[in-house]
Amino acid sequence: MKMKVGLIVNPIAGMGGRVGLKGTDGPEILKRAIELGAKPWAEDRAYEAMKILRNLLNDSIEIYTYPSRMGENSARRAGFFPKIVRDLGGREGTTAKDTVRAARDIRELGVDLLLFTGGDGTARDVYRAIAEKQVVLGIPTGVKVYSSVFAASPRAAGELAARFLKRQVTEVVEAEVLDINEEAFREGILSVRLYGYLKIPYDSLCIPGGKIPSGHSEKYTKEAAAAEFIDNMEEDCIYIIGPGTTTKEIMKKLELNYTLLGVDAIQGGKLVGKDLNERQIINLISSRKAKVIVSPIGGQGYIFGRGNQQISPRVLRMIGKENIIIIATPGKIESLRGKPMLIDTGDEELDKELSSYYKAILGYREYIMYKVIPGYREQY
Amino acid sequence: MGLAKLRRDFHEARWEEPIIFELSNEGERGIITPKDEKIERIVGDGISELPSSIVRKKLPNLPELSQKRVLMHYLRLSQEILGADVNIDIGQGTCTMKYSPKVNELLVQSPKVSEIHPYQSEETVQGALEIMYKLDLFLREISGLDRFVFQPGGGSQAIFAIASIIRAYYKSRGEERDEIITTIFSHPSDAAAPAVKGFKVITVYPDSETGIPDAEALRGAISSRTAGFIVTNPKDTGIFNPRIKEFTNIVHKAGGLCAYDQANANGILGIVRAKECGFDIGFFNLHKTFSSPHGSGGPAVGALGVKKELENFLPVPIVDYDESREMRRYYLNYNLPSTIGKVREFYGVFPVVLRAYAWIMSLGEGGIKEVAKIAVLNNNYVMYKILREVRDADISYPANRHRIEQVRYTWKNLREKTGVTTEDVINRMYDFGFHLRTSHHPWIIPEPFTIEPTESYSKEELDEYIEGLKEVVREAYEEPEMVKRSPHRSSIHRVDTSWLNDPSKWAVTWRLYLRKHRNGDSN
Repeated sequence: MKMKVGLIVNPIAGMGGRVGLKGTDGPEILKRAIELGAKPWAEDRAYEAMKILRNLLNDSIEIYTYPSRMGENSARRAGFFPKIVRDLGGREGTTAKDTVRAARDIRELGVDLLLFTGGDGTARDVYRAIAEKQVVLGIPTGVKVYSSVFAASPRAAGELAARFLKRQVTEVVEAEVLDINEEAFREGILSVRLYGYLKIPYDSLCIPGGKIPSGHSEKYTKEAAAAEFIDNMEEDCIYIIGPGTTTKEIMKKLELNYTLLGVDAIQGGKLVGKDLNERQIINLISSRKAKVIVSPIGGQGYIFGRGNQQISPRVLRMIGKENIIIIATPGKIESLRGKPMLIDTGDEELDKELSSYYKAILGYREYIMYKVIPGYREQY
Repeated sequence: MGLAKLRRDFHEARWEEPIIFELSNEGERGIITPKDEKIERIVGDGISELPSSIVRKKLPNLPELSQKRVLMHYLRLSQEILGADVNIDIGQGTCTMKYSPKVNELLVQSPKVSEIHPYQSEETVQGALEIMYKLDLFLREISGLDRFVFQPGGGSQAIFAIASIIRAYYKSRGEERDEIITTIFSHPSDAAAPAVKGFKVITVYPDSETGIPDAEALRGAISSRTAGFIVTNPKDTGIFNPRIKEFTNIVHKAGGLCAYDQANANGILGIVRAKECGFDIGFFNLHKTFSSPHGSGGPAVGALGVKKELENFLPVPIVDYDESREMRRYYLNYNLPSTIGKVREFYGVFPVVLRAYAWIMSLGEGGIKEVAKIAVLNNNYVMYKILREVRDADISYPANRHRIEQVRYTWKNLREKTGVTTEDVINRMYDFGFHLRTSHHPWIIPEPFTIEPTESYSKEELDEYIEGLKEVVREAYEEPEMVKRSPHRSSIHRVDTSWLNDPSKWAVTWRLYLRKHRNGDSN
C-alpha cells in the first residue's frame, strides 16, 4: 500500500518579508504587501520540498492536498498526481480558515505525514485544526519562523520527510508552536507566545532548535557587543541594521529611533533610513559603501532568510561578503549547541558564496570565528 | 582486589558551625601568659614606646576565642568537605585531581622549608635555590622550552604573565599588535587574562564534526594585528588537535607568538612537548600535573617557560647559578633588561616547587611517561564503561574522536527523558560521597559533565564511582523528584546562589558582610 502524504500551502506566507512588513496575518496587510510589490513564493518553497520527496521516494507515495495554489500546483510541478480532497469552487484559498479546514480534511483521510508551507501563523492554524493528532512537518516560508516545527529549509524538509516515510527516522517529538504578536511586532515590541505543540519527526541534525528569546541576562553582553561595533564604525559607510534586540542595541546606544523588527540604516551616527524594504535599501546603498549587521536567530542560527528577507539576495550581492558583520552574544552562541550558523536567502548560489568562517562580534573587544553554512546543506 | 562498594548510607558531617566571628566572646583568649612585673619594669609595656601615628586608636575586630574552641571550629569545618583525600575525586574534570604523596608533606613541613623568609640572604637559602634551579632544568627537558620561572601564583596568573610578555615583545619591536586568538575549548582564562591586559580576543570555534578548529577558521582570524595564539591541547573536551604544528606555523607566518596552556599536561607528560608543537611560551600548573594539594584557590604555581628569544622578558627574579665566582653559588637574578617586572611578589610558592621537584625525582623519566599512559588508560576505561553501562550518558561533540586524559560527557538524553539535569545528578552524587562537576561556561555541550580519572585511582575505585552514576540514573527514572530535591545527606543541601548576581548582597569579608547585611560598622 502506498504511503499517504498531505500537503497544505499557505500561498501568501512570507510575502511581507521582502517588502519590509512583519508577517501577512490579516487581509489589509496582505493588500499592502501586494501594493509594495510582494510576490508569492510559498508555492516555490513547497515545490522545492516536493521535488526532493519525488526524487527520493518516486511513486511510493500519494499526495493529498487542496486545489490550485494551496498545494495542487506545487505537487504537480514536482511530478506528482495529487488527490484533491475538496473542491473550493474556483475560489483561491488564502485565509486562515482555509488552512484549518484543509488540515482537518487531510487528517481525517489518515495520512502518514502532513507537510505544510508557511510561517508561525500557518503553524498556529494547523495546530488549531489538529493539535497533536497528526505527525506534521513545516516547510519554512513565513516571515516569522520562531516555531520549532519547521525544518531548516525546504530541501531539509523534503529530506527529513523522506527519511521518516522510509522509516529511517522513527522518533516523533512534540515541537513548540510559537508566534509573536504581529501588531506588537509592527509597533516594535517582541513578544513570543507559546500556542501549543505539534508532533514532528525528530532527527537532531535536521530541525533547528527553535528560537530561544533572549532574556534579561543578555542585557550587558548586548551593550558590550554594541559598544564594540560602535567603536569600529567608519564615518563614510552606510550601516544596514538588521532586526532583533541584539542589533538594535546599537541604535539604543546611539540614541536613535529604530524599528525593533525592521531594517534601519545609519551613517555617521545618524539615522538615514527606518523600517526599510528591499527597494528602499537598494536605493540607499547604490554605488556607496555599505555594510550590513545581523544577529543569528537563537537556537536556529539563521543570519539571513528568517525575519530579514528585506536584506534580499540582490542587496547582499551589492553589499558583498566582506561587508557582512555578525553580532552574537554568548547566550546566542550557546543556544546553537555547536551547530553552524545558517543562510537561506532563497538563492542557493548566493548561500554557497556567503558560506565561510566569519569573525563575529561577541562582546567588547571580543570576537569569535564561527562557521556559516547554507540552511539546506545535506549534512544539516 | 579491593572492595568496590556503593555507600548507600553515606552521610556527610553536618555541624551547623557558625562563622568564627560569631563565636567570639569578649575577653576570651587562646593563651593567657603570666604577667611579669620584672620584665615590664625593664622594657616597659611594649606599646607606649611606639610612635603614636602607628598605634591603633581602636582595637581591631578580631574574634576572641579559647584555643579549644579554635581547634573544634576548624576540625568541624574540615569534616564538612568532599576533598581530594576523602573522595574518589575523578569528577572534577580539567582540574587533574591526583594523589599528592604524603611523604612530600614531611619535606614541606620541615623547618628548613617552613621557616624560610623571602628576605633572607641568598647564602643562607642555597638549598632552596638549588631545588628551584633544578626544577627549571627538569621542566626545560619536559617542555623543550629554554627557561622557567615560578613566580605566577596559579594558571591564570601565568597566562596574564604570557599576555604581558607578548605585549612587551611587540612594544620592543615597535609593532602595534593587539589581537589574541584562542579556542572555545581552551581554558576560559586563555581569553580572560589577555582581555585584562587590554588585548582584543578572538575565539575560534571547533568544527562540529571533528571537535577541533579548522585551519581555515584560524586563517580567518589572523591579521596584521595578531599578537598571539594561546591554547590548550588536549582541549577541555579531551580531544587532542593533531594538526597543532600547522596552527602554530600559520600564526608564526603572520608574525604572532604561540603560547601553550599546559595547566593540565597529565595525558601527554613526557610524550608531547611544547617545542615540537611550535610554541614559544608555555606553562605548567605544578599543583595539578606535578602533584600539590589544590582547590579553593589554595597555594599554587603556574611555572612559566619561554624560548631563548623571550628570556629577557620574564618576570624577575629568575634563579641562576654563578660558576665564575670563587664561591660557586645559586642566586636570584633581577638583571633582565626587558623584564615585564613582577606578576606577584618574590619567586613563587616554594612548598609547591619542592613537592613538584620531589615528585619528579621519585618517578624519574620512565615514571613520568607512565603517569601519562596510566592517566589515558584510566580515562579510556572509564569512558568505555560509562558509554556502555550508564544509561543516557553520552559523549558529545563529536562522538567519534579519541580522548586523551578527560572526557566531556552530556546528560542531554537523560534530561529529555526524565527531566533530571546535570545539576541534579551532581547534587545526588553528593549523597553517595562523590563529587562531580559540569564544565566551564558556556555550556555549548548541553547538560555537560567532565570526568578526569588521572593515574591515581585503581580499577576498583573507578568502578565504585561509575556505580554511583548508574545508581543516580536509575533513580532519575524511578524517583526523579527525589533526585531533583537532592542532596539529602550532605552538609548543606541547597545554597541559594541567586544573590551572587547582586553586588549589594554578596560579601567576601566579615566586615563587608556587616556593612551590607547588618548595617554595622566593624572598624
